[in-house]
Amino acid sequence: MNWRAVQAIYIFEMARTGRTLMQSILSPVLSTSLYFVVFGAAIGTRITEIEGVQYGAFIVPGLIMLLLLTQSVMNASFGIYFPKFIGTIYELLSAPVSAFEIVLGYVGAAATKSIVLGLIVLATSALFVPIKIAHPFWMLAFLVLTALTFSLFGFIIGIWAEGFEKLQIVPLLFITPLTFLGGTFYSVNVLPPFWQTVTLFNPVVYLVSGFRWSFYEVADVHVEISLAMTLLFLFACLATVWWIFRTGYRLKN
Amino acid sequence: MQNVISIAGLSKTYATGFRALKRIDLDIRKGEIFALLGPNGAGKTTLIGIVCGIVNATEGRITVGGHDIVHDYRAARALIGLVPQELHTDAFESVQATVSFSRGLWGKPHDPAIVEKVLRQLSLWDKKDERIMTLSGGMKRRVMIAKALAHEPQILFLDEPTAGVDVELRKDMWQVVRDLRASGVTIILTTHYIEEAEEMADRVGVINNGELIVVEEKAELMRKLGRKQLTLYLQKPLDAIPPALAHHRLALANGGSELVFTYDTQAGRTGITALLSDLSEAGIRFKDLQTTQSSLEDIFVGLVRQGNHAGAK
Ligand SMILES: Nc1ncnc2c1ncn2[C@@H]1O[C@H](COP(=O)(O)OP(=O)(O)OP(=O)(O)O)[C@@H](O)[C@H]1O
Ligand SMILES: [Mg+2]
Repeated sequence: MNWRAVQAIYIFEMARTGRTLMQSILSPVLSTSLYFVVFGAAIGTRITEIEGVQYGAFIVPGLIMLLLLTQSVMNASFGIYFPKFIGTIYELLSAPVSAFEIVLGYVGAAATKSIVLGLIVLATSALFVPIKIAHPFWMLAFLVLTALTFSLFGFIIGIWAEGFEKLQIVPLLFITPLTFLGGTFYSVNVLPPFWQTVTLFNPVVYLVSGFRWSFYEVADVHVEISLAMTLLFLFACLATVWWIFRTGYRLKN
Repeated sequence: MQNVISIAGLSKTYATGFRALKRIDLDIRKGEIFALLGPNGAGKTTLIGIVCGIVNATEGRITVGGHDIVHDYRAARALIGLVPQELHTDAFESVQATVSFSRGLWGKPHDPAIVEKVLRQLSLWDKKDERIMTLSGGMKRRVMIAKALAHEPQILFLDEPTAGVDVELRKDMWQVVRDLRASGVTIILTTHYIEEAEEMADRVGVINNGELIVVEEKAELMRKLGRKQLTLYLQKPLDAIPPALAHHRLALANGGSELVFTYDTQAGRTGITALLSDLSEAGIRFKDLQTTQSSLEDIFVGLVRQGNHAGAK
């Protein structure tokens, strides 16, 4: 195991984040605050509570998930796409590092960043609404697992993407809509039965539900199922990454 | 001498169906400077890319320091430093940070002293804190060399290191290469400046259309293929070569005022004596004469042209 290489990549990626600290942290915090104002304050006056939880507090786990998913995918995809784009990938390919080490460095850094952001947004939310965390361990577990899974997913997109448009398209066309439709701002139970069934095909539902359960012990689906689905997606991403490096897909000629 | 790289039966067909390398066999000896020459698109960068792990081979087997580059890639790549042909650098990183990064990537412990030594060697020390994007092209190239040297490689690949580099810097660069060689590093370089290869290389390989046409000691190559030319400066210009002289390998130059005779240094008889007596018989007088030996460049051009002719047939 070439730990020094993992460390070098990790530090390099974190330094990249550090250079754009303001935009990396400020913009998610700002947009999350906006969601609070719009959804919490505006809608919250109509819907006072869902399943015994104040509406403003109810949406916090969903908001953090939204941030976690988009940030993980964007960071990790950009992190690996950029060396491909400017050509510095030659060094990674010619270095004595394994696929696993490369992934650990890039995905580790991307996940770290989104976890930190998630915690910052959690702290910001606590300023607006009363937050209760029933299962801190599971809260962190879901936070870390989701950040890792979606950073891996972002890494795959970064390798697959051949242009900046493709890089943008996945977060824009899939992640954001799926998150909005995944029970971020409402309980799936409020939907008509048909749409409830449709929703079950949305993977984000399981993430949001499990994460929310760790806060308020209310869930749309069983927490075990949430966890199982998260792990399933994690392993699917791992398998894809393994295949990419085995075949050199879009990395080597 | 011990081989440090051994390439056997290497072929490469790109996804486009283009065959960039055709059954290459090549051994690189430990501690030598090997110059790989060939025209644009010959396959030099492809060959280097495969050895370094950037391009997948279609067929063939390569070992570096005895380690298979596919199955034992870690051990193989640990020995290699690569300076690619294209300038690929980060923009916002500092020079020192990017060089340290390379060292880390190769699993070597953090060592500011070695990074400093490499940067000083390449006259980059005073630029160490600058962002790479603020550097000129020649300096960026030096940064790439510094990155390749940061992990103290035993084998260094230089793919056209002197393209776009000024004369002064080129001299510095070759000094670095000589120092490296003196410390036992094996160097494989490509260049389009053949005088560089002539000056630096121990052995030369010529590649054309994906085929290795010659691998030879530089001195041997020059001796074998080197041809001499005898130029006669005529007193009176000729319109054409007289029929009586047609069987000599003659050519008119400079508007008929010079007669050029090409001969093999290897041939037992050069044919000079016969030519001179035929000339006096034909009444052709000359005021001066000069002989020149062909350079590696002439040899190279000759070889490539021959190869292309053979390919066309
Ligand atoms: N990714 C690729 N896909 C298809 N063909 C390629 C690819 N890369 C290189 N080639 C082709 O392979 C051949 C060899 O290219 P290569 O870059 O190895 O040449 P070279 O000897 O380094 O040339 P130069 O002196 O111009 O650097 C060229 O004809 C090139 O067009
Ligand atoms: Mg080339």
